[in-house]
Amino acid sequence: MIIEKKTMRDVFIERICNRMESDRSLFFLSADFGSPKLDKLRADHPDRFVNVGIAEQNLVNVATGLALEGYTVYAYAIAPFMIMRAYEQIRNNLSLLSHTHQVNVNLVGVGGGLSYDVSGPTHHSMEDISIIRTLPNMTVFSPSDWVLAEQFADHTIAAKTPKYLRFDGKPLPNIHDPASKIDLKKGFIELVRGEGVCIVSTGYMTRAALLAVERLAKEGIKTGLIDVFLIKPLPEQQFLDAISGYQHIVTVEEGFAGKGGLDSLAASILNSRQSRQSLTGMGFGDAYVFEMGSRDSLHALSGIDEQGIAEKVRRLARRGA
Amino acid sequence: MVDSNITTAYLKEKALWVRKETLNIHRIAQETRVASSLSAVEIFVALYYGKVLRYNAKEPRWDGRDRFIISKGHGSISFYPVLADLGYFDPAELKRVCKAGSFLGGIPDPIIPGYESVNGSLGHGIGVGCGMALGLKRKGRDESVFVLVGDGELYEGSMWEGIMFAGEHGLDNLVVIVDNNKICMLDYCSKILDLGPLEQKFSAFKWQVENVDGHDIEKLHAALARLKADRNGRPKVLIADTIKGKGVPALEGEPLSHIMNIPPDRIDAAIEALR
Repeated sequence: MIIEKKTMRDVFIERICNRMESDRSLFFLSADFGSPKLDKLRADHPDRFVNVGIAEQNLVNVATGLALEGYTVYAYAIAPFMIMRAYEQIRNNLSLLSHTHQVNVNLVGVGGGLSYDVSGPTHHSMEDISIIRTLPNMTVFSPSDWVLAEQFADHTIAAKTPKYLRFDGKPLPNIHDPASKIDLKKGFIELVRGEGVCIVSTGYMTRAALLAVERLAKEGIKTGLIDVFLIKPLPEQQFLDAISGYQHIVTVEEGFAGKGGLDSLAASILNSRQSRQSLTGMGFGDAYVFEMGSRDSLHALSGIDEQGIAEKVRRLARRGA
Repeated sequence: MVDSNITTAYLKEKALWVRKETLNIHRIAQETRVASSLSAVEIFVALYYGKVLRYNAKEPRWDGRDRFIISKGHGSISFYPVLADLGYFDPAELKRVCKAGSFLGGIPDPIIPGYESVNGSLGHGIGVGCGMALGLKRKGRDESVFVLVGDGELYEGSMWEGIMFAGEHGLDNLVVIVDNNKICMLDYCSKILDLGPLEQKFSAFKWQVENVDGHDIEKLHAALARLKADRNGRPKVLIADTIKGKGVPALEGEPLSHIMNIPPDRIDAAIEALR
């Protein structure tokens, strides 16, 4: 498998830019946020690219109006600003309005979790998954690498519903095989089959989880790993089938723990089937992160780095069933 | 094109009927914002009965329609009788506004045929209208986008993001009507945060601005038709000076009229007194 470092946004935007050549119904809006591939898109398609300025509320409103006129719209901005400044626009004009109207607006948010590590807590995005997944009709896509981001691009055109794409801000190596055809509707990929403990992760945390699983394997602890990229809608039965053989489930997300994110999603699925499996949610505690340092070092402070994940699994594995 | 057979007398008669029906709705649905709905009556009448807008009641989402967003959704109960009368839905629905099984609520939702978008949560209409107007332009279509906003709604910062956008992009297929009834929920706007001078504010954002008496149906009708036809590279705003609670003396000039009701047993007298 080829391993390359790329940003999700550039891979995604390049694909959309190519589709814009032949598909006149695609429209790209930015709230004054860029990327190298966006420079090409704006040059190639000036008639269907607009920079709305640093105005996230209007970004979502204009995107809605274009979508009502039949366009497939991309609204591109830094994740926490788009999701939280414009939350009521997203709720009313995307989630609510799509009960009665077709609204294919794709919120392409860059900077999930601590992508903008040293920019501090205003630029971190810890709440976005929780608050968007609570909205009816919204799709929430949280890829762990650029391969997923690239393959999801065509799906944004085909699926005529509002979506939130939570992209990482940094160039990261791929986890999945670029040559593979990912089943996007399934919503997750089983990366490692294990025994006893299964880690369920999303976004950037899948990389840390994978490293932890490899470390544990050397110690003789075979740990499962499932990468969830479709937070909503996640096909419940397929997910339950994938985790059915384990006694312990550990969710790992780059957001607040216990507040409606991946852990809550897993809990509600397990509870709905009266599962006896234990569930441990790993994420940030009830506080913003002001410390400076590398992203992984900030994760370590909260015990959700590779080492912290491995330690949590060791304890559960020792406990057994 | 405005139909030359449309007379001022006809529009006045329709406006009187719409006021009467609005009060009848308020009789059964006391939750409705009657004062805010009464200030906008002539605007709805001029746009629809005056045929400023192209529409198709049998196919509300017909591509060739002019788009009409009622951003001050809560103040558009008076639009229900217009839609019913034009055939968007069964007039019998007007008898069960806010009742179980009705799609006509105290604040309109986009499940109502004839409503384009989510309304009543304020501050959305101009931005959504900008997106529609931009989309129509990019497709080379000639339909117009009308947006009705309240003056109090202009306190919302998102409105000004949209106003800036429309001016900069020269959206001359966009016409905003300000129902300038000068009162929001708790008082006169001038006593809360003065919104004026609105004309200069819109002008500074590159809009063409006109003023009109929002209850003078003849002038209002002419202004709307003219602004729609004028594709001069600038978005248009028509500041329609109106009276909140127009036609009901108990509401007119009352700072708290937004949250005042006319009790059911006084509706007949109010209808009788309509001027």
